[in-house]
Amino acid sequence: MAHYEIPNSGLKRDDEGKKMGMWLFLFTEVLLFGGLFLVYAMYRFQYFDEFKIVAEHMDITLGAINTVILIASSLTVAMSITAMKKGLDNVAVLLIIITIFLALSFMVNKYFEWSDHIHHGLFPGFDTFQHLERGEGMFLFLYYFMTGLHGLHVVVGAVLLGIVIKRIMLGKITSENIVFQENAGLYWHLVDLIWIYLFPLFYLLH
Amino acid sequence: MTETTTTIEKSFWHEKKGLFSWIFTLDHKRIALLYLYAITTFFVVGMTLGFLMRLELIAPGQTIMEATTYNKVFTFHGVIMIFLVIIPSIPAVFGNFMLPIMLGTDDVALPRLNLFSWWLYIIGATMALLTLVYGPGSADTGWTFYAPYSVNTDTNVTLLLLAAFVLGFSSILTGLNFIVTIHRLRAPKMTWFKMPLFAWSLYATAWIQLLATPIVGITLLMVVAERTFGIGLFDPALGGDPILYQHLFWIYSHPVVYVMILPAMGIVSEILPTAAQRTIFGYKAIALSSMAIAFLGYFVWGHHMFTSGMSGEARVIFSFVTYLVAIPTAIKVFNWIATLYKGSIHMTPNLMWSTSFIFNFMIGGLTGLILGALSVDVHVHDTAYVVAHFHYTMFGGTIFVFFGAMHYWFPKMFGRMYNKRLSYISLTLTFIGFNVTYMAMLIVGGQGMPRRYYDYLPEFTVLNQISTVGSWVLVIGILLMIYNLVRSARKGEIATANPWNGVTLEWQIPSPPPLHNFVKAPILSDKGPYDFSILEQINKEN
Repeated sequence: MAHYEIPNSGLKRDDEGKKMGMWLFLFTEVLLFGGLFLVYAMYRFQYFDEFKIVAEHMDITLGAINTVILIASSLTVAMSITAMKKGLDNVAVLLIIITIFLALSFMVNKYFEWSDHIHHGLFPGFDTFQHLERGEGMFLFLYYFMTGLHGLHVVVGAVLLGIVIKRIMLGKITSENIVFQENAGLYWHLVDLIWIYLFPLFYLLH
Repeated sequence: MTETTTTIEKSFWHEKKGLFSWIFTLDHKRIALLYLYAITTFFVVGMTLGFLMRLELIAPGQTIMEATTYNKVFTFHGVIMIFLVIIPSIPAVFGNFMLPIMLGTDDVALPRLNLFSWWLYIIGATMALLTLVYGPGSADTGWTFYAPYSVNTDTNVTLLLLAAFVLGFSSILTGLNFIVTIHRLRAPKMTWFKMPLFAWSLYATAWIQLLATPIVGITLLMVVAERTFGIGLFDPALGGDPILYQHLFWIYSHPVVYVMILPAMGIVSEILPTAAQRTIFGYKAIALSSMAIAFLGYFVWGHHMFTSGMSGEARVIFSFVTYLVAIPTAIKVFNWIATLYKGSIHMTPNLMWSTSFIFNFMIGGLTGLILGALSVDVHVHDTAYVVAHFHYTMFGGTIFVFFGAMHYWFPKMFGRMYNKRLSYISLTLTFIGFNVTYMAMLIVGGQGMPRRYYDYLPEFTVLNQISTVGSWVLVIGILLMIYNLVRSARKGEIATANPWNGVTLEWQIPSPPPLHNFVKAPILSDKGPYDFSILEQINKEN
């Protein structure tokens, strides 16, 4: 008896399905941050003046540099996908290395920013922080929480891109089988997009 | 795939052997069984805790445990039953096992992610259990983790919250997998409106899992952060807003009650046509009402907070929208009854579990309407009435159908038939025990007995005693059922491929199914999934 071959088998390669899965996962990420945006909105309404005071002390230049870095990294990741589709493996790898480098510089900037705040005692547990007005403390705490969670996503995204490089080297990602790279790219764009909302909320809105 | 010359394929049970072939399997059927064993274990633990609470309430004052112990017991009972049992129960067990088969395929769309979900479930469960033995004592907040108490208590809330976060992640990934599976892997010619209704209900459920769970995930993380850093996100003493916590919590936790009930409704929509040997009445109405419930479910969370001090306008709106949910729910109930009406009904244990479900769920649903009425809710808020109401929907509803589904698909999953006589006896005991336990609770709650107290006024004694005695019958019934199923899985009669004369795709493959489910192309009727004119052909080919 011949083996019946299931036409709609779940074990066959299905790029569309994988991409759909990624998009659905991105929805959940948006909602994860959505909860935080809601809390931010709520306390911004409640502590309007205090939020304004702290926001004025944020370093817009560093924030803006980081914004440019992330947008540039989204560009390089998109270019790497195009390069891969054209079969230019080396160019694609190079572009991803640039992306990871940009991710690292984003994190370094963040490190300087955070350590500067902490140096001034503006972190939960320090005396200066305890003496802040409630709304000011709330702003800073949400700042740490939201940019911290975002930073975690940057790290995860960079690791994913590292895996992409490895898979290109191993020949598991080819111009014909690119869905893993595309999904990593999608995730990276989300990381970028969330920052585009975080930047005005914490730096620009006075 | 290479051609094989064997005429009889091995079942998925015998394809591979050894522990690792189970815990690292990508086969949806094995993953489903892994969930089944874990969930059943946790259910027995949760049931024991519930049994102990009822025992404590047999007389006023302290009986078998102290007040603080009672608090910990009801917290852990809630956490186990909600996060470890009911939320994953039907989707993770029967969804995993039956969805790919019902769609005519051999696995879910993302098998590795499916295994990962199970591992997350086990990790989350382990974390939750660790709170019992590790750290400053298990949580005593209730499963809702309301702030500010969850922020201030020195019990091990942090680990339990992280456990719930991990379990939520597992639930999200299962939902995600089902959505992709339903979109991508339906059999050729199986259009959306030719899908079995169980698949429809899983589809609606999956969207809730996907879109609601992240909110509670981040909320629980915020409580963890608040506990760690002492920032008043939700603690009013530090400038936070406890009502905000309640909003964020119920934005998830109300939709999630439909995660718990929708799959159960889907299974009833499978069992009834098979039992009545006729097509389901109002197929499209049932399919779309699942989506309507999923959609409306997002906009009613405020009815958990009528006494929290939320604004009057918000309360009226939430009360009104709550009533709207009754419409799609009633559509389902009427269609089920219309399906049975004048059908040639075959008495089966699974049918009796389903009709018990309809009975219990009507009480659960109608008491829900009473609770949804703003003015009444203010009086019965936080009483045993509420406890009885949600046990009528969650236990009398979802868990009854879980058991019913066990009795429906058992021969398919294990390839053996259980003892029907014993299953009727266990159902009778469970049904009577359940209704005595919770009907008494409903009445005593209406009289004003508050929930979550280990003590009560002497005038509530008689009803509490009735309720406790009911819980004994209930536990005996369930244990008898488990005994029957466990024994039959090894020693029952060998089951045929189609013991109930069903026509959906799972009845067209051997019992238990081979690794790739289908050995020949399934028969799909043009008239939808419940066209019994193809039954003869199915049984001839089996």
